[in-house]
Amino acid sequence: MSQTLKQKPTTHGFANAAIKELGWWRAHKFLFLRRISQVCVFALFALSPFIATWAGVWLLKGNLSASELFGVVPLSDPLATLQVLLTGHLPELSLVLGAAIIALFYAVLGGRVFCSWLCPVNMVTDLASWLRRKLNLPRTSEMPRNLRYYLLALVLFLPIVTGLTVWEWVNPVPVIYRAALFGAGSGLWILAAIFLLDLFISERAWCGHLCPTGALFGLIGKVSPIKVSAVNAKDCDNCMDCFVVCPERQVLKPALKGKQPMITSSDCTQCGRCIDVCAQRVFQFQNRKNQNRIAPKAENNQ
Amino acid sequence: MSTVNQSKVTAKGVNRRQFLATTAKASCAMGLLGMGLTAVAKQSSKLDPLAIRPPGALSENDFLSACVRCGLCVDACPYDTLKLARWFEGVPTGTPYFTARSIPCEMCEDIPCVKACPSGSLDHALTDIEDAKMGVAVLIDEKNCLNFKGLRCDVCYRVCPLIDDAITLEMQHNERSGHHAMFLPTVNSDSCTGCGKCEHACVLEQAAIKVLPTHIAVGKTAAHDTYINTEETTLEMLNKGLAL
Repeated sequence: MSQTLKQKPTTHGFANAAIKELGWWRAHKFLFLRRISQVCVFALFALSPFIATWAGVWLLKGNLSASELFGVVPLSDPLATLQVLLTGHLPELSLVLGAAIIALFYAVLGGRVFCSWLCPVNMVTDLASWLRRKLNLPRTSEMPRNLRYYLLALVLFLPIVTGLTVWEWVNPVPVIYRAALFGAGSGLWILAAIFLLDLFISERAWCGHLCPTGALFGLIGKVSPIKVSAVNAKDCDNCMDCFVVCPERQVLKPALKGKQPMITSSDCTQCGRCIDVCAQRVFQFQNRKNQNRIAPKAENNQ
Repeated sequence: MSTVNQSKVTAKGVNRRQFLATTAKASCAMGLLGMGLTAVAKQSSKLDPLAIRPPGALSENDFLSACVRCGLCVDACPYDTLKLARWFEGVPTGTPYFTARSIPCEMCEDIPCVKACPSGSLDHALTDIEDAKMGVAVLIDEKNCLNFKGLRCDVCYRVCPLIDDAITLEMQHNERSGHHAMFLPTVNSDSCTGCGKCEHACVLEQAAIKVLPTHIAVGKTAAHDTYINTEETTLEMLNKGLAL
């Protein structure tokens, strides 16, 4: 296969080639797996009270800020925990332990796996992005991607000067859970704002440019061995479908056109959509530790 | 020379001038955002006087430093007393509170809400619920209180978990009838836990007795005021004088 530009496939429109090549289900595989994962985690929280009255064991208690697994294992949001520590308050051990468990979990699986496989805001911003595509809204001015690190620094700085966990007033990540599990629905205006921001003002503005939770998880995930890799980069026919669907499209180019096929950027949310929409089967999940393994050859190129 | 400097670009294609400009812009934006966020947080961190924090809650400022708004205390409460605050509600969003008039605290002996708190915003040092200080009940409207009218309503007194300690009935001559007694519900602020059962039970349409935050309900003598110890200090002086 030559690397030169090939004629676009006869099928037009986004991901049509992949649907034709892989079938509709396989061309949406990771999207569905992710939605199932997001809904299941939410359902665990939501159904736990009922399961608890029936079986006597709470599966998951609390919300995304802090929770308890099986009534024993503490889990907590590293960002919220850092904020509490920076206010000068010394929390109970369980909060710090919970943050360590979560940090370790995502350090292994990939930091921003949280963003694409668990975070409920992802559904909102994905919807905005999908609508943008359907409505053919023009690409607008782009914010710098590293703005999220500035925001993260701000979020961690404010508790030091104010003594308040300021970010928790507006943090959109726990809002849906709080609304659905505790009836605190009036905070949903924050999500509405993010939806409108993503849809009309700037593409992928929240998850891809601003969210400090995502920034922190990205930093945590730098050590993760699991990455998406453009193992068959030579088969790429420049159809640009992965660029259209990728929430962090700047991570794709080095993998597709550079020497290193593995997407090492910690911005990658490992949502797997590039794997879904690629008719040429360029991408795969891979373990960084054995990346020299020869990838199974895609059986059919077009 | 400047042309040479400008052509010096890093691997990412950003020269020093661009880097400084972007950093300055982003920092200014963050500064403004930070002030906005702080203003929102500070403005809405004034707690509604009728919203009561769970037992063992730290002082309001410390509480807001510590609470991660996870709702584990709400899940732990067996009586659905606790709620997480919503936006636009007069309580910092996502933090736990209860309204005594709707559902008061039942003062569980094992204090499950405190045990559930991972952040320590509910102080785990609180092991005896009778030491809790969620607020202090105040008989705020003597004009409409039935007992002050000479009736024997007594409901707030009867429902008090610390009856005859936190609320006592003080007998007084009833001037109105001339030969009856009045039994006036009187709160002892040292023992009142602020559970709110009295406010919840008050038979009036608007409760005449209300639980208020301690800093509103209770006065405090100045540190230099030695009035309380007058007797002791006088004795001490006399003793000293005798010894000399």
